[in-house]
Amino acid sequence: MPQVVVDVVLKPEISDPQGQAVLGALGRLGHTQVTGVRQGKHFVLDVEGAISRDDLERIAETLLANPVIEDVELHLPEA
Amino acid sequence: MRIGVITFPGSLDDVDAARAVRLAGAEPVVLWHADHDLRGVDAVVLPGGFSYGDYLRAGAIAARAPMMADVVDRARQGMPVLGICNGFQVLCEAGLLPGALTRNSHLHFRNRDQRLRIERADTAWTSDYVEGQEIVVPVKNGEGRYVAAPTELERLEGEGRVAVRYVGGNPNGSLRDIAGVTSEDGRVVGLMPHPEHAVEDLTGPSTDGLGFFTSVLKAVVGA
Repeated sequence: MPQVVVDVVLKPEISDPQGQAVLGALGRLGHTQVTGVRQGKHFVLDVEGAISRDDLERIAETLLANPVIEDVELHLPEA
Repeated sequence: MRIGVITFPGSLDDVDAARAVRLAGAEPVVLWHADHDLRGVDAVVLPGGFSYGDYLRAGAIAARAPMMADVVDRARQGMPVLGICNGFQVLCEAGLLPGALTRNSHLHFRNRDQRLRIERADTAWTSDYVEGQEIVVPVKNGEGRYVAAPTELERLEGEGRVAVRYVGGNPNGSLRDIAGVTSEDGRVVGLMPHPEHAVEDLTGPSTDGLGFFTSVLKAVVGA
């Protein structure tokens, strides 16, 4: 069954305290070469039958992400 | 005067909201999120809690509940709607109010009595206060940090859309100390703090919250 992957991350101008907490923990573990962390969400959709890119964009922008604060990236299966 | 209180799976403060409605002198009407019938109410309160366990984003799934389609329709025609805490998150997710509520900047759940300043005393839900009046009501949230794009914040400030602001300390890192905002027409108001928990001396830090529920009585009669 084809899968569509949707990644959702906070827009760059929205601060991400969870990502900052992860960054702090990495520093305490000695991984000082990591200088920034942004935490997001990763959705894997199983899709049956034909679905258009428009439909997927609508799904991503009306439910999976809140466009006020988040950006989405669609990863479609290889045609 | 009938004021509906919508219960979602995971709502916690619907009973307190109904009690505040009753103490203000109106008839609370129990509404269920999955129905499509507002039962002839004159106004609606969206209560606090953790609808759908805050899955996806706080308020995101509740904002797509069947009853919310009716609320959005009626709100656009001027029906007063108050969203408290999770209800505020639902209103932002439903597009009735601008901005979004995100994880508190310090990552802790914050539960305390909070001083607020009423910035707008001419909305459907705040007309029993005076502009600049300070009140104390409980605040309790983990995802209460109000955010919007910088240009959007400028626009909201310019239009006087900030209805309530935190004073004496910002509990969650909300931009510009914003505790609550209003729709352009002043009929829809959302705020993170809980006026419904401050309506009786026995259980609240004050009775300062009652004004939200008495204000709307005039807004509906006057409409």
